[in-house]
Amino acid sequence: MTGALAIQYLVAGLTYGTIYAVVGMGFNIIYNTTGIINFAQGEFVMLGGMIAVSLHAILPLPLAIAGAVLATMVVGALIELVFIHWLSRPTVLRMIIVTIGISILIREVALLIWGHNVRVLPYFTGNEISAIDLLGARISPQVLWVVAVCAAMVALTTAFFQWTMLGRQMRACASNQVGAAVCGLPIRRLVTLSFVLSAGMGALAGCVVCPITYTQYGMGTGLAIKGFTVAILGGLGNSLGAVAAGLLLGIIESFTVSQLPTAFKDTVSIAILLGVLLLRPSGLFGARVATRA
Amino acid sequence: MLRIRNLDAGYGSLTVLRRVSIHVKPGEIVAIVGANGAGKSTLLKTIVGLVRPRAGEVLFEGTDVSRTPTEAIVRAGCSLVPEGRQVFADMTVWENLLLGAHVQRGKGGRAGLQADLDRICGLFPVLAERRRQLAGTLSGGEQQMLAMGRALMAHPRLLMLDEPSMGLAPLIVRDIFDIVVRISAAGSTVLLVEQNARSALKVAHRGYVLETGTITMQGTSEELLANRDVQRAYLGKDANEESERGAP
Ligand SMILES: Nc1ncnc2c1ncn2[C@@H]1O[C@H](COP(=O)(O)OP(=O)(O)OP(=O)(O)O)[C@@H](O)[C@H]1O
Ligand SMILES: [Mg+2]
Repeated sequence: MTGALAIQYLVAGLTYGTIYAVVGMGFNIIYNTTGIINFAQGEFVMLGGMIAVSLHAILPLPLAIAGAVLATMVVGALIELVFIHWLSRPTVLRMIIVTIGISILIREVALLIWGHNVRVLPYFTGNEISAIDLLGARISPQVLWVVAVCAAMVALTTAFFQWTMLGRQMRACASNQVGAAVCGLPIRRLVTLSFVLSAGMGALAGCVVCPITYTQYGMGTGLAIKGFTVAILGGLGNSLGAVAAGLLLGIIESFTVSQLPTAFKDTVSIAILLGVLLLRPSGLFGARVATRA
Repeated sequence: MLRIRNLDAGYGSLTVLRRVSIHVKPGEIVAIVGANGAGKSTLLKTIVGLVRPRAGEVLFEGTDVSRTPTEAIVRAGCSLVPEGRQVFADMTVWENLLLGAHVQRGKGGRAGLQADLDRICGLFPVLAERRRQLAGTLSGGEQQMLAMGRALMAHPRLLMLDEPSMGLAPLIVRDIFDIVVRISAAGSTVLLVEQNARSALKVAHRGYVLETGTITMQGTSEELLANRDVQRAYLGKDANEESERGAP
């Protein structure tokens, strides 16, 4: 493999990796406030892309994207209010079944609305053939968009959780439910907010990747598996861990595809997921074991 | 301040409290003593809305709060320092205190918040020293102080403490009870639940004995401390020891 080709694969890996990182972070945001693993996470990405494509028929691209993100946030809020809210003290198994049910529901509705067809947004800048030269490798400008937008999202959410009072309240819910309650924190609203935030992040990611990966009604399942792998790999609840794990998974996949038939791409992440669950269930990064009361 | 009438509460099919009636007057320190599993924690959790009563009423400053969400009860000035402290372990001491001030947001502004933090640090100097430390790495006594500081950030008119002395060395227990007296002197009413009946009754004005979900005795602290049944059951004195007791 030449240097330029290696960079090409590396960049492709980073592109997918940032998406996985964002989906993984989406898992973490909801897990952190509620203890729920939301398997409908991938559907947020799909919805973002689909809605943006539809809105782009009547609106300029930036507005279409903003609209898609907002609409998906509303879906996130509805999911929480309709399906999650009334479940008091649900078991983990029940929550997993409920969120998988929700993801199937969203997928079927998407199939009904948008059909089987693959949809695509135009490149944000330039077009399919424009490319930037990086050390001999040719990189699509959209890749830079993906990486930049996802990096900005990661940085902003990290800052949000670290420095704002609302972010601290959400962390407090995650840290200790009873403690959060006796502080008078609005726990129910914070839980809804975590779904809204996570839906918005997924949708924005879905918009920026749409020109490269295209969007189809069923794309959420694969992404949910990748995002879940990444969240586990990074240590459930650990956002920066998810980012590192996301990039790692993206790059590993990309180089696997360079050596093996494409069909093995998804096998890799499932193998990694199983391996981590068996060998290091607390994730790659240190002893930050996910503990929840 | 607080009046509970004929309260029934429990979990699922289990009834823990049966026809419990107690009251707390403004400025008082009231202790509730009782054995493991008597329902002391359940009683406090019911007052603050973490457990819903099956029957009876909980009047806080004249309003029935038995259907009010915890958020609103805390906002109304009734705070609980829960059993086992329940601090936010993976957040700093400072963040824990800031979160305690949640219901005060928008009331005193930045200056008010700073004044509250200064007040808490005056009461618990160790919290100021450890402000950047993660709460989970504090010692048990420090965590208890943090939990109390966090509750005080909400300016409670009624502060409820669930076994503040649990698992602490005698010296620290004395510090904690000293602080309870100071909190009371500073104007908060205190409702205290303890297995450590002697320490609790020493600082309290009045007390109740809770046995398997019902109040079986009540009176001033002096009365309860002098009561034979209380002594035998909760103060660890048996009849022999009592008769042998000459000089202290
Ligand atoms: N969340 C819960 N679900 C079901 N039962 C519970 C729950 N919490 C407490 N109980 C039961 O209620 C009864 C009273 O418990 P509670 O915690 O109020 O006792 P306590 O007087 O505080 O005891 P301790 O001194 O050990 O703290 C016990 O039998 C306990 O098993
Ligand atoms: Mg208890």
